[in-house]
Amino acid sequence: MNLAAKLSGWVPWRRRSKLGRWSPTERVAFVLLVLISIFMMLPIVYIFNHAFKPYQELFVYPPNILVRDPSIQSFIELLASTKTTAVPVTRYMFNSFVVTGLSVTLITLFSAMCAYAISKHQFPGHKVVFGTILLTLVFVPETVAIPKYLVVSQLGIFNTYWGHVLPLVAVPTGVFLMKQFIDQVPGELLDSAKMDGAKEWTLFVRIIIPVVLPAIATIGIIAFQSAWQNTETSISYMQDEEMRTFPFYVETLTSGMANSVARQGALAAATLLLFLPNLIIFLAFQSKVIATMAHSGIK
Amino acid sequence: MSKSEMIVQAPGISLGQRRKGRLAELLKTLWSYRVSYLFIAPFMICFILFILLPVIAAVVLSFTHYNSIEPPRFVGWDNFRYMLTQDLILMKHALPNTLTFALIVGPGGYVCAFLLAWLISILPAVFRKWFTLAMYTPSLASLVAMSIIWTPLFSSDRIGYLNHFLLNLNLISEPVPWVTSKDHLMTSMVVVTLWKSMGIGFLGMLAGLLNVNPEMYEAGKLDGIRSRLEEIWYITIPATKPQMLFGAVMAVVGAVQISEIGTVLSGMNPTPEYAAHMITTHTDDYAFTRFELGYATALTVCLLTIVYLAQKLCWKLFGTKEDE
Repeated sequence: MNLAAKLSGWVPWRRRSKLGRWSPTERVAFVLLVLISIFMMLPIVYIFNHAFKPYQELFVYPPNILVRDPSIQSFIELLASTKTTAVPVTRYMFNSFVVTGLSVTLITLFSAMCAYAISKHQFPGHKVVFGTILLTLVFVPETVAIPKYLVVSQLGIFNTYWGHVLPLVAVPTGVFLMKQFIDQVPGELLDSAKMDGAKEWTLFVRIIIPVVLPAIATIGIIAFQSAWQNTETSISYMQDEEMRTFPFYVETLTSGMANSVARQGALAAATLLLFLPNLIIFLAFQSKVIATMAHSGIK
Repeated sequence: MSKSEMIVQAPGISLGQRRKGRLAELLKTLWSYRVSYLFIAPFMICFILFILLPVIAAVVLSFTHYNSIEPPRFVGWDNFRYMLTQDLILMKHALPNTLTFALIVGPGGYVCAFLLAWLISILPAVFRKWFTLAMYTPSLASLVAMSIIWTPLFSSDRIGYLNHFLLNLNLISEPVPWVTSKDHLMTSMVVVTLWKSMGIGFLGMLAGLLNVNPEMYEAGKLDGIRSRLEEIWYITIPATKPQMLFGAVMAVVGAVQISEIGTVLSGMNPTPEYAAHMITTHTDDYAFTRFELGYATALTVCLLTIVYLAQKLCWKLFGTKEDE
């Protein structure tokens, strides 16, 4: 009793009053989500802990999720792993940043533009275009690898950043999601802006983009993830080691070696480094999704 | 415009000229929409080059015998005939597996994604970001990190977390081989895939739900909506129809494209008695192990048809009319 009183005195009153105002549904939802989250979050907890495990803990079976005796030797090993090769690990990182930055910008911009035209302009063939985009949504990427390779070689973009970026831009998912959001924008809004003398580009930048920011942020997350983790372009279209990206380097860390024990530490550290930007971008963009609903004044 | 119409309507003019008139009219309409074409151009150029052309090439390849060394040899419908009549593994394992899997995981994952997105959307904004992160984590983490969680959990010996737990509760008397026997592998895969299914469809639906104007709920309350369930049915779902459709199509696509999970979980390829053999695994098998690329692409074309039909069904269920 005493303890309970002490505890409730300890909790800031502001939070308590907020909890009091929650409806039963919200409370049930909260408890349910906390329980599910704990289980869903396991990979994050694991990845963070794994990177700081010393060698004797890396191979324990069944694996420990939490690290017992943290050390940074894995990171040192990762940095040292390129000492004997021509290309330093920082070069791979730099390539990855350039490629990912370009990809995210181009994917979001291009798919928003395309979706806007398909949704709001009744140009001849807009149904055919959208139908084709939808149809190819499901094609298994591996089977088109060879024709894709021929296209890239014909375009002469081997060993350039374009060779990394352009194949990634052509992802139909972005256009699809964006179109679904733009469909909800009332046509009257655009018409009234047109009456005020706005040109198409102004309409797009001033009205469409702000209203579909949640969709743009969502596509941004997906685009970042696919570009950042992509190894396919590095393997197929880049012959120069200097043009390859960080995920490719991570893949080479353990493959090609006879035993899978060597460099497991470096791999664990690299996995964390690969994962962190994903996490940061996700959090940054996701708050955009949550914040914008207050601004998008129309519906 | 008027000039070309006159030409079309004028009597006694040869067919060729009339056609020319129609062509001019078409070109004029196309020209009047030039801004629209400029808008779609950047994406469409990339799309045609890197997706459409390769896909068309793949469709053409599906009618050939091609082993990536010799030039493709045209064989007509042979690949498809072989698929229907002689490919026993496809008919006995890959096709039924893919269908059962897709029928459970597609709708199941979709419902889970919607419920979780809805639960998150009714909470105060401070918590939303963190819960979204938690739900999206499995999609964010790589396959390797994922298997680390599930492999020891499903391990077939007594040490495996799940077996250990169930043995302690006396629910089972012997350790269950969750991923190494053909009876349980499918179940395990379904569980793992559902766990991993909060992907882009989930994010899209959440963004849609958060975009619903709160005034609509207030108006609904005035109109006599009492329970949360009624609110979902009469306000939330109609207001987020486009995102619901997106989620549905993504669920279908995701369910069919799953291939590695069975192999990763069981640690074997092919999986025990083909229990987790999917059409995609079958394709990989023909393409990269046997190098029969012609037949492999024929399989993908077949898969594409299946998914296209499933997609059509989704549009029927959730699609809006064109003039709405």
